[in-house]
Amino acid sequence: MDVTGQNAEIVSARDLGVVACTRCTQVWPAGTQTCGRCGRAIIARDDKSLQRVWAWWLVGLMCYIPANIYPMLRTRTLFRVQEDTIIGGAVELLHHGAAGVAIIVLVASVVIPLGKFMAIAFLAISVTRPSSVSNHHRQMLYEVVEYIGRWSMIDIFVVAIMSSLVQLNTLAAINPGRASLFFALSVIFTMLSAQAFDSRMIWDVHAKREGAPDNE
Amino acid sequence: MTDTQPIPLDTLIVCPHCDAAYKLRRPGVGERAKCQRCGTILISPRRKAGLQIIAVSLAVAILIIAATVSPFLTINAGGVSNSVSILDAALAFSDGPLLALALTTAALIIFVPLTRALLSIYVLLPIVMDRPPARGAMQAFRLSEALRPWSMAEIFAIGCAVALTKITDLADVAFGPAFWMFAALVILVVIQDNFVCRWSVWTSLDKTQKS
Ligand SMILES: [Zn+2]
Ligand SMILES: [Zn+2]
Repeated sequence: MDVTGQNAEIVSARDLGVVACTRCTQVWPAGTQTCGRCGRAIIARDDKSLQRVWAWWLVGLMCYIPANIYPMLRTRTLFRVQEDTIIGGAVELLHHGAAGVAIIVLVASVVIPLGKFMAIAFLAISVTRPSSVSNHHRQMLYEVVEYIGRWSMIDIFVVAIMSSLVQLNTLAAINPGRASLFFALSVIFTMLSAQAFDSRMIWDVHAKREGAPDNE
Repeated sequence: MTDTQPIPLDTLIVCPHCDAAYKLRRPGVGERAKCQRCGTILISPRRKAGLQIIAVSLAVAILIIAATVSPFLTINAGGVSNSVSILDAALAFSDGPLLALALTTAALIIFVPLTRALLSIYVLLPIVMDRPPARGAMQAFRLSEALRPWSMAEIFAIGCAVALTKITDLADVAFGPAFWMFAALVILVVIQDNFVCRWSVWTSLDKTQKS
């Protein structure tokens, strides 16, 4: 089901001289400051968007480093106390022969967070210069990053459940380590970084290049 | 496209993700209007959607309150047992600087989903009953939309499954009533999000306010 007729050329709101509210999609004449319906500030293109993306991105990355240096979990059993970092815990699992779980842990806590940093950086760079990756693929990448971003909090919830549940007096106790705080902050900042990205920019560069091909 | 005559703005709809503009034609019930450029769903009206969302939101609110206080998981090892509620799990980070994390976790899995459910009821109830919108309905819906990515009940539920597979070789784990309530809750939260046609809500808030 489409709103326009088939095969009609798709026009950007900007080319029509109008601007739309990104929250409630109400359309206003270009130059309107605030949406008369929902009150959101209307910005035709958010020039500060990329600055905010990079700022949150950098803070997120800075939090990700201590998240890997400090211990995530402190396990106390009858005879010993053990502190595990994220990667240390995965290596431990590997030594115990639980390669499958180790790989899942590594993918969820290392590969996906690092992949998110790289994807956001790629998107932010790609809108400032001609990109060889198609707009559709970049839009898809952005949606994947936005969708997956929240799911990284699962590590924090696992730590929360384990350390509240395993409190068995002298037998065993699991407590969260300092890394959990940094990991949570890193996830939150990366989410804010992705939210700050104005995905309309992906399509702008394309339109600009088509409109003025010899304007290098 | 190049003519300069003013375009009646009410007849346009613009994709918030890629800025593509379309002539607005309201899809019928059950149909969906999709952005041809990036695939974002723009309008997806459903018959009686308002009433369904209110019912689901009410169920969500009740389930969250019930699941928060009743025992959720019980662990047994060597004669020692320990039962925790969801609130206990959230407040596991309680020493020193981790307290901030405890409050954040509690917000993400309990307070944000609860707030969103209550806001949905507040916004939609007058619309469904053909009354003028409640005072501050716009702000309420705006807040509810802003909170959407921060509502993480479903992620917590999957987190339970992961945590349990890690613990099972250490001790016996039993599920309390709250665990099943929470499982039901997660399904309802997903339904709640997919039923809401944001465009329809904004349009009806707008219409009722003008008249
Ligand atoms: Zn608006
Ligand atoms: Zn679109």
